[in-house]
Amino acid sequence: MFGYYLELALHSFRRSRALTALMIVAVALGIGASMTTLTVLHVLSGDPLPGRSGSVFLPRLDPRDRDGYDPYAALPSQVTWTDGVDLLHARRAARQALMVGGATAVQSDEREVDPYLVTARYTTGDFFPMFGVPFRFGAGWSAADDDGHARVAVIAASLNDRLFHGRNSVGRTLHVDGADLRIVGVLEPWRAVPHFYDLATGEYAGAEEVFVPLFTARELKLKRNGGIECWGQGRTDDDRIESSTCVWLQFWVQLDDAAAVASYRAFLDGYAHEQVALGRFTRPSASDLTNVRRYLDERQVVPGDVRLQVWIALGFFVVCLVNTVGLMLAKFMRGAGELGVRRALGASRRSVFTQLVVEATLIGVAGGVGGLLFALLGLALVRLQSTAAAQLAHLDGTMLAATFAASIVATALAGVVPAWRACRVPAALQLKSQ
Amino acid sequence: MQIRPILSALRRHKAGTILIALQIALTLAIVCNALFIVHERVERVSRTTGMNESDVVAIQNRYVGTPASYVPLVKTDIQALRAMPGVEDAYATNAFPLRQGGWSTGVQLKPDGQKDGVQTALYFGDEHALKTLGVQLIAGRNFNAGEITPFNRDDRPAPPQVIVTKKLADKLFPNGDALGKTVYYSKGRPSTIVGIVAKLTVPWTEVDFPEMVTIMPLTFNSSYQIFLVRAKPGQQDAVFRSVAKTLYDVNRMRVLPEKYGVRTFEMVRSRAYEKDRGMAILMSVVCAVLLAITAAGIVGLSSFWVGQRRKQIGVRRALGARRSDILSYFMTENFLIALAGVVVGVVLAIGMSQWMFTHFEMQRLSFTYILVGVVALLALGQAAVFAPALKASKVSPVEATRSV
Repeated sequence: MFGYYLELALHSFRRSRALTALMIVAVALGIGASMTTLTVLHVLSGDPLPGRSGSVFLPRLDPRDRDGYDPYAALPSQVTWTDGVDLLHARRAARQALMVGGATAVQSDEREVDPYLVTARYTTGDFFPMFGVPFRFGAGWSAADDDGHARVAVIAASLNDRLFHGRNSVGRTLHVDGADLRIVGVLEPWRAVPHFYDLATGEYAGAEEVFVPLFTARELKLKRNGGIECWGQGRTDDDRIESSTCVWLQFWVQLDDAAAVASYRAFLDGYAHEQVALGRFTRPSASDLTNVRRYLDERQVVPGDVRLQVWIALGFFVVCLVNTVGLMLAKFMRGAGELGVRRALGASRRSVFTQLVVEATLIGVAGGVGGLLFALLGLALVRLQSTAAAQLAHLDGTMLAATFAASIVATALAGVVPAWRACRVPAALQLKSQ
Repeated sequence: MQIRPILSALRRHKAGTILIALQIALTLAIVCNALFIVHERVERVSRTTGMNESDVVAIQNRYVGTPASYVPLVKTDIQALRAMPGVEDAYATNAFPLRQGGWSTGVQLKPDGQKDGVQTALYFGDEHALKTLGVQLIAGRNFNAGEITPFNRDDRPAPPQVIVTKKLADKLFPNGDALGKTVYYSKGRPSTIVGIVAKLTVPWTEVDFPEMVTIMPLTFNSSYQIFLVRAKPGQQDAVFRSVAKTLYDVNRMRVLPEKYGVRTFEMVRSRAYEKDRGMAILMSVVCAVLLAITAAGIVGLSSFWVGQRRKQIGVRRALGARRSDILSYFMTENFLIALAGVVVGVVLAIGMSQWMFTHFEMQRLSFTYILVGVVALLALGQAAVFAPALKASKVSPVEATRSV
């Protein structure tokens, strides 16, 4: 029976080519626009650490002075050197990493390429296991390396390709702004989207290319950058920043279950009270433990334009659908005479209805294919922009399936009203007027 | 024109009528708001910086290694740039308009002011800055060579002399007597306003103090330097191509980042407004396609109605109706549907604008846009229905006698 319905549908398409083409194009444009914008939104609001983001937390304190105190404002998302090192050395979490971004000039030991500038991250060793960063060669460094100011580095796949032609460079030397570091690990291509662990260096920045132990980097005076907030006598001068009243480091911890979270919360609260008692913190004691998802929501990382585009595209899709409903109504009513004949020959109202919905669904399938092509085109246009965020816009399996499903379901639903109207026309009336 | 028969005919085509009206309403709501977004973005993109933007090349430089001071390196580089053939002038700075990154601070009228001053962007430079930027000095004087001092990161920028923009001067001293007055960029450290420039914008495009700028006679002692170069008229491309080599010939221990190391000001501007331009283009395309689809939908449904009513049209023609009567019947019918559509559409458009105002920090839709949208959609409806209506008017009176 389904085959017969398909045949009837194709027959009907052939009879009114322009109308059918118009419906398909309208559905395809609506689907294409919606899927392009939804894909961008989906990519930009994705989970930066799939499977891990629930157990990674940002401990927050408020070490600022009384100036401009607002008990309802969000706590700083960065820590001072003193607090960061204290919390790091307390080792109360399963894993913890203290870090800051930077930029440094690098050169290989062969010195065949001019030094060039790469983004860097100065961090303690837990960064790699905590964020699940995959290694191609070698491994990260240990807590002992951190404490011993080891002259080591981990480099990204892209840097390894450029400096060492993709070969295993573990054990080779990397010149970083005049200092020599031994390469201990090479990463697989990896990036967190959004760049949640340090939003100030670019909300959708790619991963850094060089990773150096934090204490080593400070000793070598490697250039840091990123967000910094100072108060009182705090100065952003790099040489004295450790003792300055400024927050400039990011501190992340891994807490695997609710008990660990509760106990870390208690520890952090105790730490804050202790600092207030010591007179280091002048504001009322405050601390917080924010997980990755909540932090990204708080900072409103997804650009407003992207959300606006999604709404506009969905509105556009609704207009396309209304348009399709109207055209389908015209098409089905035009074929009412034929339906009358079928009804008179014994087809039930139900089977006529089913046949018309099949016809509508077929338009949905064609519209879905067209919509997919439009979405691919749309995403290619999005990627023409040079922002880091735009480069991420690719269609994945989920969105591909969603495109088709949305197109078919929406068009089938759009077919219901016209089909219902058409199959209610009394058969006898149609036959009489012929 | 009789409206009553049209209305009673429409009552028999409720579904189709409602669908067309709904489509017109939604199209109006989206098109008004989308065009308004285009307007906002185009307005932003066409803002000027106060500079003479032609023939300017911006270089992002970072020295490699750790000398005792970077200032001598900067001086050598600037000398080399000024000596380049085709170069009019050059200076070193920390930021420039549309760069999307720079420094800002609060400026106060009192030496011991608390936190909130007037927000201003800070540009470092020397006596060549004004000429290189191509900004117009409207009062006071330029810096002189003796006033330029090195600036270290551990200090706060507060030189004895500053040049400010007119907007900043007027904000600080509403009476217009800012020249020669003392202001404070750091507690207890006075700066005198020695000059006022007509206009210069901050490095960022989305802040609420777009023209509050202070130029300070400082040379930033840092491995990061920005060199702005003004080429002689017509020499920009030659300078753009050879400037990296000139700098590398002076000293190889530097990095000019690949993508944005050397840029003409057109490139800077295009990068700064890329997102806005993209949004404007997208919204324009959405409007065009939406109007096309709505027009096509009207053509499709009207053609169907004409086909359905051939017999009735034939009867009317046989009873003496002229062709123009049939034509105007369909035109009026469409006008009535479109009118209902735009009435609902205006309400939707205002609701949508209100919603965007609260969720996306947009301005409220201006009534001009609603009016333009209403007229556009009514015209679009008339244009779309014209072909089917013309076809209807050509139906012969003989149709009345045929049984189909």
